[in-house]
This record gives sequence, structure tokens and C-alpha cells, in this order.
Amino acid sequence: MASQAHVETLAVREQFDTAHQQQDASTLGMWIFLLTEIMFFGGMFMMYTVYRAVYPHVFGLASSTLNEMIGAVNTAVLLCSSFTMVLAVRGAQLGRRRTVMLFLILTIVLGLVFLGVKGFEWNQKFQEHHVPGLAFHMEGTSQQGPAQLFFSLYFAMTGLHALHMVLGCGLMLYLLWRTYRGTYSAEYYTPIDMGGLYWHFVDVIWIFLFPLLYLIDRHLK
Amino acid sequence: MTHPIDSVKTYAWVWAVLLILTALTTAVAHIDLGVFSVVAALGIATVKMLLVALFFMHIRYSDKLTKLVVLGGLLWLGLLIVLTLADVFTRGWLGFPGK
Repeated sequence: MASQAHVETLAVREQFDTAHQQQDASTLGMWIFLLTEIMFFGGMFMMYTVYRAVYPHVFGLASSTLNEMIGAVNTAVLLCSSFTMVLAVRGAQLGRRRTVMLFLILTIVLGLVFLGVKGFEWNQKFQEHHVPGLAFHMEGTSQQGPAQLFFSLYFAMTGLHALHMVLGCGLMLYLLWRTYRGTYSAEYYTPIDMGGLYWHFVDVIWIFLFPLLYLIDRHLK
Repeated sequence: MTHPIDSVKTYAWVWAVLLILTALTTAVAHIDLGVFSVVAALGIATVKMLLVALFFMHIRYSDKLTKLVVLGGLLWLGLLIVLTLADVFTRGWLGFPGK
């Protein structure tokens, strides 16, 4: 028996029978988007793995020029932002508008701190001539080509990650505005939930970027 | 509404463990474990990923279809990595000139 026609609300659109069904559909759709992102980043992780296997020594040297303490602190900043994000989602589940707004603001601030530290690191690379190009020079090796390959991957991977962070901050600002306008409630908070999935996903990418770029082969120094 | 709401305490514990693991992986990186340095770094990263996915991304409470799709995604990533490495690492085996 087909369901009766119901009054359309944000929580239960016309094409869905229940709010539960609608939320599951949104979650599934979001995860499928995130899987395309996994494959997107996956190609870069793959390229990194292959070239690291081909030039293990130079990649170890180049990796050791990065400041791992800055990397670790930035990882902690991002993990804190995931914590504030999950508390924002929890606030939304409970329908606490002010809690959601507070934690969304904290998440945005922590995201901007992460990007600021990243910018500081990139600026250092320019000063150290570690940016691939004509001025590139890394001490301690004659293999400047493979060293540039490491830094090309470093900039491509951290750059793409940072771009996702910028978009994430924009998304959080939008959610903050909609929360302020009172769009969401304990019955309907799917966009905040999906924003959370995106934010945590970007966090997971960094969880792998940090050891691969900063930590592996550090003991060889 | 659709799934149980975790307590702040649960989230705080997960957050604390994630921070401890970050400190641990940074410390372990300075110790020479041979090939196990890579294993330790990626092992800790995988544990952190699981914590974030299961608790923060609520995979624990997701329906079976969503769980299956997530596993399917990891399977495709595995295919990408395993098949590419199977090619790259075996190119020299047959000893063709110019590889």
C-alpha cells in the first residue's frame, strides 16, 4: 500500500515516506560524494607511494626538512575542530540553536588557524627555495629532480587539502547563517549533519597526509 | 531522531585518544624501527581514521547500505593501490632491455 500523501516539510519532502528515510537517503548520497573524494585524493596518495618507492633516499631527506612539530600542532588543531564540529552536530540533534552556533564558530576559527599555520609553512618553503621551479635548491643531495618531485607532491596534496578546508569554512559560514535564521530544528538538521561528514572527511585526509609527508623516514636523518 | 545521541563524554574521550595518538606517532617517528616505522605510522593513522569514522561520522549508527557503500569505497581504493603497485614493483622481473 503506497503511503498517504502528507504535508511537505523540510524534514519530510514529498518523495519520502518518513523523516528517517529522507535522512538515510541524504547520508548515503553524501557518502557516495565522499567516496569520489577518496578516489580523487587516492590518485595523489598512489603517486606519492610510487615515487617514494623509486627515490626512497631523496624523499626521506626532503621529508626531514619539514618541521614535524608544526605538523603535529596543526594536526591537533584539526582534531580539535572535528571535536567542536561533532558537538555542533550533537547540539543540532538536541535542537539547541545557540550551542550549534557557538560550536560552528569555533570550528571555523580552528579551521582558519589551521590554514594560517599552513600559510606560514608555505611561506617558509619560498624562503628556503623549496618550491619547485628555477630557484629550487635542496641541500645535501645531487638529485634535485626527485627532490622537486617530493615538493611538487607536497604542494599539490597540502594545497588540495587546504582548498577543501577553505570550502569547508565557507560551508560552515552558510550553516551558521541558516542556523541563525532558525532553519534547523531537532526534527530537521540534515545539512549540519552532512557538513559534519564533509569536515571530518577532510580531517581524515590530513590524518594520512601528516605521517606520509612529515614523519616517514624521519629517523634516518 | 533517527539514531541515538552520543554523550559529550564519549566524544571527549575519542578526542583525547586522537590527540594522544598524534603525539605518539610524532614520537615514534624519531625511533628507527626499520620497515616497521612505516607500519607504525600508517597503523596509527588507520586507528585515528576508524575513530573519526565510527564516532564522529556516526558510521556506528549508519544503516547497512551506507556501511556497505563505505566498505565498497575502501575496496576500490585498495584495488587502485594494490594493482598499481603490482605493476610498478614487478616491471624489472622479466629483465627486458630498458625495462
